[in-house]
Amino acid sequence: MKMKPLLALMALFGFSAQAQNRLNLTQGVTDVSNRVYDLHMTIFYICCVIGVVVFGLMFISMIRHRKSKGREPAKFHESVKVEVAWTIIPFLILVGMAIPATSTLIAMEDTSDADVTVQVTGSQWKWHYKYFEHEVEFFSRLATQQEQIQNKFEKSENYLLEVDNPLVIPTGQKVRFLVTSDDVIHSWWVPDFAVKKDANPGFINEAWTRVEEPGIYRGQCAELCGKDHGFMPIVVIAKEPADYQKWIEDTEAEQIAAREREQELLDMEMSMDELMAMGEKIYNSTCAACHQASGQGIPGTFPALAGEGVSIDPEARDQHIDIVVNGVQGTAMQAFGAQLTMQEIAAVITYERNAWGNDTGDTVQAADINAVMNQ
Amino acid sequence: MSTVVDDIHHEEHHDHKPSGITRWLFTTNHKDIGSLYLWFSLIMFFIGGAMAMVIRAELFQPGLQLVEPNFFNQMTTVHGLIMVFGAVMPAFTGLANWMIPMMIGAPDMALPRMNNWSFWILPFGFAILLSSLFLEGGGPNFGWTFYAPLSTTYSNDSTALFVFSMHILGISSIMGAINVIVTIMNMRAPGMNYMKMPLFVWTWLITAFLLIAVMPVLAGAVTMVLTDKYFGTSFFDAAGGGDPVMFQHIFWFFGHPEVYIMILPSFGIISAIIPAFTRKQLFGYASMVYATASIAILSFLVWAHHMFTTGMPVFAELFFMYCTMLIAVPTGVKVFNWVATMWRGAMTFETPMLFALAFVILFTIGGFSGLMLAITPVDFQYHDTYFVVAHFHYVLVTGAVFSIMAAAYYWLPKWTGHMYDETLAKLHFWTSLISVNVLFFPMHFAGLAGMPRRIPDYSIQFADVNQITSIGGFAFGLSQLIFLWLCIKCVRGGEKAAAKPWEGAEGLEWTVPSPAPYHTFEKPPKVE
Repeated sequence: MKMKPLLALMALFGFSAQAQNRLNLTQGVTDVSNRVYDLHMTIFYICCVIGVVVFGLMFISMIRHRKSKGREPAKFHESVKVEVAWTIIPFLILVGMAIPATSTLIAMEDTSDADVTVQVTGSQWKWHYKYFEHEVEFFSRLATQQEQIQNKFEKSENYLLEVDNPLVIPTGQKVRFLVTSDDVIHSWWVPDFAVKKDANPGFINEAWTRVEEPGIYRGQCAELCGKDHGFMPIVVIAKEPADYQKWIEDTEAEQIAAREREQELLDMEMSMDELMAMGEKIYNSTCAACHQASGQGIPGTFPALAGEGVSIDPEARDQHIDIVVNGVQGTAMQAFGAQLTMQEIAAVITYERNAWGNDTGDTVQAADINAVMNQ
Repeated sequence: MSTVVDDIHHEEHHDHKPSGITRWLFTTNHKDIGSLYLWFSLIMFFIGGAMAMVIRAELFQPGLQLVEPNFFNQMTTVHGLIMVFGAVMPAFTGLANWMIPMMIGAPDMALPRMNNWSFWILPFGFAILLSSLFLEGGGPNFGWTFYAPLSTTYSNDSTALFVFSMHILGISSIMGAINVIVTIMNMRAPGMNYMKMPLFVWTWLITAFLLIAVMPVLAGAVTMVLTDKYFGTSFFDAAGGGDPVMFQHIFWFFGHPEVYIMILPSFGIISAIIPAFTRKQLFGYASMVYATASIAILSFLVWAHHMFTTGMPVFAELFFMYCTMLIAVPTGVKVFNWVATMWRGAMTFETPMLFALAFVILFTIGGFSGLMLAITPVDFQYHDTYFVVAHFHYVLVTGAVFSIMAAAYYWLPKWTGHMYDETLAKLHFWTSLISVNVLFFPMHFAGLAGMPRRIPDYSIQFADVNQITSIGGFAFGLSQLIFLWLCIKCVRGGEKAAAKPWEGAEGLEWTVPSPAPYHTFEKPPKVE
């Protein structure tokens, strides 16, 4: 369905229900989002009516009260009655509008008695979800390939609106979101739920939703959060409670197993080639957004890794591990200890110390990471 | 003072000035300084506009084509800063400099040397801001609202230059505002009491008080950003006991009155032009004054409507929603008064009037979307989308900028002594009117459909609407070149303008010849 200007105009006046989905506010799938939509349409129609009256009078005046029609200007320049009327009437309209808006707002802010609680943490430029009732947590990153963004591949249907690990929530239950951030301010927005809440570093905001329809709902970060602000989408899958239950239990078991496996793998030595191959993959998905695929960084903003700094200093291997694991306070460098497995961190550090002609020859193993983490 | 008898000669006698660059560098003449401000703002308008063209070119298609996201963010940031502080505000100050002394029958501004200084620090302020774009890592990229901690911990060193340039612009604005207030309060001609002042003078007086009240708040905000970034303070860092949301409270306590600083003088301009071309007295002069004052007072009580999603207590959200809705009442009064002024007048449609009429309609559309944004629950959906971008461009471009265009056409004959080219002017008006709506109207749809602002790339569903918007943007940008050409042409020559070129125009500025002599009203005129 291509949008045409005419359709746009028709939707503006509410003529085309079909076009509305693309050009009007998202009606959404929750009781709250429907109430919000109704408020939107009410205030929109009020504006239309006022607009028709005011602009109508203006145009009548512009057509009829012209000098070229031999008009003599009238002399009146005030009227207490009229002026009081057009102060009071808009005021009353506003009061009429404020009443439903107030009740909707109070409903939206009532986060009590939640069935499921999810902590949502924004960081540059991904979301982290942590379930309170289960031992499940994961990062959710943009899944669109760089080649699509760079116009080398054709853009997919959900271009920029797809993630590797979507958030999963049950339908028909009250889900509470505790929204916060690890670095700058982000904003977690899913239009279908009419939920938009800022993620403020060091503070926790609350929001909630109760989705009735199973489905896939997409949103985006709404607050400018730096370079890749446009590339941190949100995908939420709402499942029937039984399906959700199965999903969360399976995921929980998987994650527990993965953690156990990681401990077992600590003793495993990986070869340079294995580490480099794995490291390159992790580097490109996790580190390249700032330090660039070339390792050159962005001068003045993100330091280069190629040919300078800790990555080529043979004495600084442990410092290098410390930076990746714990981050650097007061900079954009995050603590990746919580985001990647020890094996992945080992691989990525090995990669950084040997790629782009750095050639230190160092290999880093999961056990080395474990040692730093347990210091 | 010389004798009354040779007063006319005396004025002519004094109509000489230094020539060349020193005339402009050392001038303390309100007309020269007014011209400097106006030319400066026009140059800034084109620089900021060029950045908008970069933004629209990148957004013409989905995918990244022309610029990197980091540079895109610098463009949106500096475009906003330049347009607000470099184009709109100096244009109004320029108009104030030119017109306020002539409108109240004063010979000059009250503090002419300070007037010179408040202009001449501006080019340096903007040179610093623009030069930061050439630093390693680029210029400010955190949005013109510079929210912490993006502008503190996570910014590069251009922040220091940004802060310094904001301080300079703030000092300039404060000095300009002081000058306006002192001039209006002390230098009115005998008989020109407050309730006889033209509305442009009234709205500027109120604007000047807003400026003095909030520019120091901006200065405080940028200083805290500077110390947070470089001197280890934690105003906006939770790890040190601060709060990033407090930054937004401080910023918007400046930012919302700032919005009215950019629109109140417009109200004054429109209130001069509509009666002139309707040949009928302005309807409800007194209620216009009171409405302006109420808008100014309310502007201090609504700042948090920019931050409904930051997680405020419900009662605060309700308070700010009600106050914001309340602003619609005095603003409505103004629009109704303008329509009532037109009603049963004898209208003609010269270019100043065309821009004024377009202002009334398009500013009102911006007001409607503002009213929609005031409704907190719905604002959660609109906030930080293109709907907001559409809203503030309707009030700032078709509002403030259109009123400045209207003012320029209205007073160009007085400034230059020549009539502008009416055909070119009409061409400028119609191309601007059409393109500006092609540019900004579709943004409403993009925003409602869910497109966030400040993104360099978007999902394919927004492709069509962005393409239309970009075409409108290029057309609007090109249309402004007509205006530039027209201004140059009008300064150089043209049909001689009469002292009062507009049949229905009222006010003291039309009692002096065109072009206005270098010194006017050395002897105060008598106001009946």
